[in-house]
Amino acid sequence: MRNPQLNKHGELQHLLTLDGLPRAIINQILDTAAPFTEVAEREVKKLPLLRGKSVFNLFFENSTRTRTTFEIAAKRLSADVINLNVATSSTKKGETLLDTVDNLCAMHADMFVVRHESSGAPHLIAQHLENTGRDHIHVVNAGDGRHAHPTQGLLDMYTIRHYKKEFHNLTVAIVGDVLHSRVARSQIAALTTLGVPEVRVIGPRTLLPTDVEKMGVRYCATMEEGLKGVDVVMMLRLQNERMNGALLPSPQEFFKVWGLTAEKLALAKPDAIVMHPGPMNRGVEIDSAVADGGQAVILPQVTFGIAVRMAVMSMLGGSH
Amino acid sequence: MNIHIQNGRLIDPANKIDAQHDLFIADGKIVGVGSAPAGFSANRMIDASGLVVAPGLIDLAARLREPGFEYKATLESEMDAAMAGGITSLAIPPDTDPVLDEPGLVEMLCYRAKKLNRAHVYPVGALTIGLKGEQLSEMAELVEAGCVAFSQANTPILDTRVLSRAMLYAATFGFRIWLQPIDPYLARGGVAHDGEVASRLGLPGLPASAEIIALYTYLRLARQTGARLHITRVSCAESLDLIEQARKDGVDVSCDVAAHHLHLCDMDIGYFNPHCHVIPPLRSQRDRIALSKALADGRINAICSDHTPVDDDAKQAPFSESEPGTTGLELLLPLTLKWANEHQLPLIDALARVTSEAAKIAGIAKGGHLSVGARADICIFDPNCHQQITRSMLKSQGKNTPFLGLELPGRVRCTLVEGTVMYEV
Amino acid sequence: MQLPEAEHLIATLAETMRPRVTADTCLVGIHTGGVWLAERLHALLGLSQPLGSIDVSFYRDDYAAKGLHPQPQGSRIPFDVEDAHIVIVDDVLYTGRTTRAALNELFDYGRPSRVDLAVLIDRGGRELPIAPSFCALTLPAPLPAGQNLQLERDATGALTMRLIHA
Repeated sequence: MRNPQLNKHGELQHLLTLDGLPRAIINQILDTAAPFTEVAEREVKKLPLLRGKSVFNLFFENSTRTRTTFEIAAKRLSADVINLNVATSSTKKGETLLDTVDNLCAMHADMFVVRHESSGAPHLIAQHLENTGRDHIHVVNAGDGRHAHPTQGLLDMYTIRHYKKEFHNLTVAIVGDVLHSRVARSQIAALTTLGVPEVRVIGPRTLLPTDVEKMGVRYCATMEEGLKGVDVVMMLRLQNERMNGALLPSPQEFFKVWGLTAEKLALAKPDAIVMHPGPMNRGVEIDSAVADGGQAVILPQVTFGIAVRMAVMSMLGGSH
Repeated sequence: MNIHIQNGRLIDPANKIDAQHDLFIADGKIVGVGSAPAGFSANRMIDASGLVVAPGLIDLAARLREPGFEYKATLESEMDAAMAGGITSLAIPPDTDPVLDEPGLVEMLCYRAKKLNRAHVYPVGALTIGLKGEQLSEMAELVEAGCVAFSQANTPILDTRVLSRAMLYAATFGFRIWLQPIDPYLARGGVAHDGEVASRLGLPGLPASAEIIALYTYLRLARQTGARLHITRVSCAESLDLIEQARKDGVDVSCDVAAHHLHLCDMDIGYFNPHCHVIPPLRSQRDRIALSKALADGRINAICSDHTPVDDDAKQAPFSESEPGTTGLELLLPLTLKWANEHQLPLIDALARVTSEAAKIAGIAKGGHLSVGARADICIFDPNCHQQITRSMLKSQGKNTPFLGLELPGRVRCTLVEGTVMYEV
Repeated sequence: MQLPEAEHLIATLAETMRPRVTADTCLVGIHTGGVWLAERLHALLGLSQPLGSIDVSFYRDDYAAKGLHPQPQGSRIPFDVEDAHIVIVDDVLYTGRTTRAALNELFDYGRPSRVDLAVLIDRGGRELPIAPSFCALTLPAPLPAGQNLQLERDATGALTMRLIHA
């Protein structure tokens, strides 16, 4: 089965997932992102790469934050950005996902940035574009269901590389709700592809996917076991609706066992960095002292996120 | 019309015949096997040289989408598909709209089907009113109207006491209950087999335990109530052991498997292929191999198509949102042959799974075999001809199947229903 | 064609520029050859402002046809562009499109008071109204389009001109 993300020249055609994306392409994205970080410091924070192109932010699930980062990235590349909150418009009127896509294609879209509550929606759109011979239109997955959030995974890799230089000597821990997390899946795919020898996942069994070990990670039940000697701690967001019920008894208990505190962080290497995809639940998955502490790189993640998204968009916009 | 089918290889699993025999048909019935009855003169000769002459196939699960879902398919379109697939008898699950819980509705469906004069239709009535799992349906009346068994389709009964009573009531009459084992709580929200693939793709998982736990409950209640049970669409390896154990314990239980479960597993979902969204879900490769083997050694009694035509709009959606189901009538024979080839199983044993064994389960006495006096429902096919499955070749209104583009063995040349040629290439 | 000695051309170029630069003149080399050349000129001319570099990958007008350069280096402009005298330095001047891209990029940093262009070799074949302010060698006849002339640097840091037949 051909990788639907690559065109016949092996270039990035769509960015749908990091699972199965060749290491060389991940590295190319990270390398390309580096010079984009500098653009933000200029007088004119704009590059002409996507001048005259239309980028449609197609958000079937609301997320102002993610949408904004894509919007800034596209605008810095001089694209015209059109934001569509489809969650509140057409699909509620019975239009199918692909109807919506066809409509926007007729408006001469060049790129879709797609956020959808169902896993695989961006794949479906990419497949549809291929079936209808619209190879010039690119799809960027901005988060689909529990499946993938590849630009988040990439910006996390960028952040790790920025602080740790190499991947081959790292131990990385991912903490929290892996089961429902598209971020975690993309992180695991990228970390294993980039050669991180030990990726640990930490959390209650109720929040771990079945056969998680087959993703190439080691499961640790407790922070005491999982954080020992790690270089990078990646916290995940715990959604409100999962906090009380059959998955978890309470946010208090979660914080007590798996919340990241200075005390638990002390088990990690002294120079370990702490990451979080945001928005944070202070006092649930992370203690404020850690979130605002010297080891947290949560704000740089956001900054790097723009550069990484610029890199992805500029690579897609120029692929044939 | 007197028909003489000559030079064919006649395979009749019910009578354990696999030999070069001519077949003679008169007045819609088989009147001679091997030799013509005295005074027989044919109006028509059918040359079956190089072809297999078999009983028309019996499909234990085919949704024709009438009433209620005519935009997805109609009796006409699906009957045509059945004919093209060599299927002459269809058991219809009750999950139509309205559901098959009223004798009048069942009579109407049978009447409509009879008027079309193609495949015989055997409705499976709803076990409970509206499939809601609360009130028993009028089983005796429904049987009179034409139902051959009772089922809940894909909607399990939540209340085990209701289930137990439904079994007892059916046992009163000796009616067979066809149940698909699903624990509604464990299955809730699940769209793909809960395992490595679903985890990686971030698809909500439907664990094997949802089938196994429900199955255990059903078998245990059947043992207690004496109900005759048929388990539909077995999908897990572990279920097979439970069924074997129940048989040893004296439970009257048969089971079937959907043809696609013999050939596909969760890995085939690939990049969210919605054609692989089916109920029960495609399980692991280990499960698939176990099912395939159990069918070969007889622990699974029959293969069905689980034909569920889905319109393109409903299928062209993200995996979880896509409507489950696959078109199957025209693939039942090819997939059965492909499975038999994999096990190097004699054709007669393979065909038994879609003729004589299926007839036993559905209680069809007049079909599924080629005895003299039987209904002349016949499928003539070329077992060696391979053909590629394409949307355009499918007569069914449902064009969605994971086998699109694949070459499969077996091509139906001629289908007869009660001695009338209904399909011919 | 006999290629001229690069080191000799560099010395010539520096001498051409010397009367027209001050200690405050800023050099910006275009990746990659132009950066090596600018480093030499910076030393020869004894300039005090830090050296700048420009990677025009993000400004190329053939992006739509050729895509993004696989390893963009990014630009470094470590001085205030506003009101500065800037000399853009490149090894070879050909169509003028790279110079155009560099100018565009430079103006995104601010408004210089004056911009000059210094090149080692003008190979002809211009497609834009661009001319060098300083040039060590103008080829007598334009080089055929299939050929590529570029500066190369070896392990010792020595620079040579190389002609590549595509």
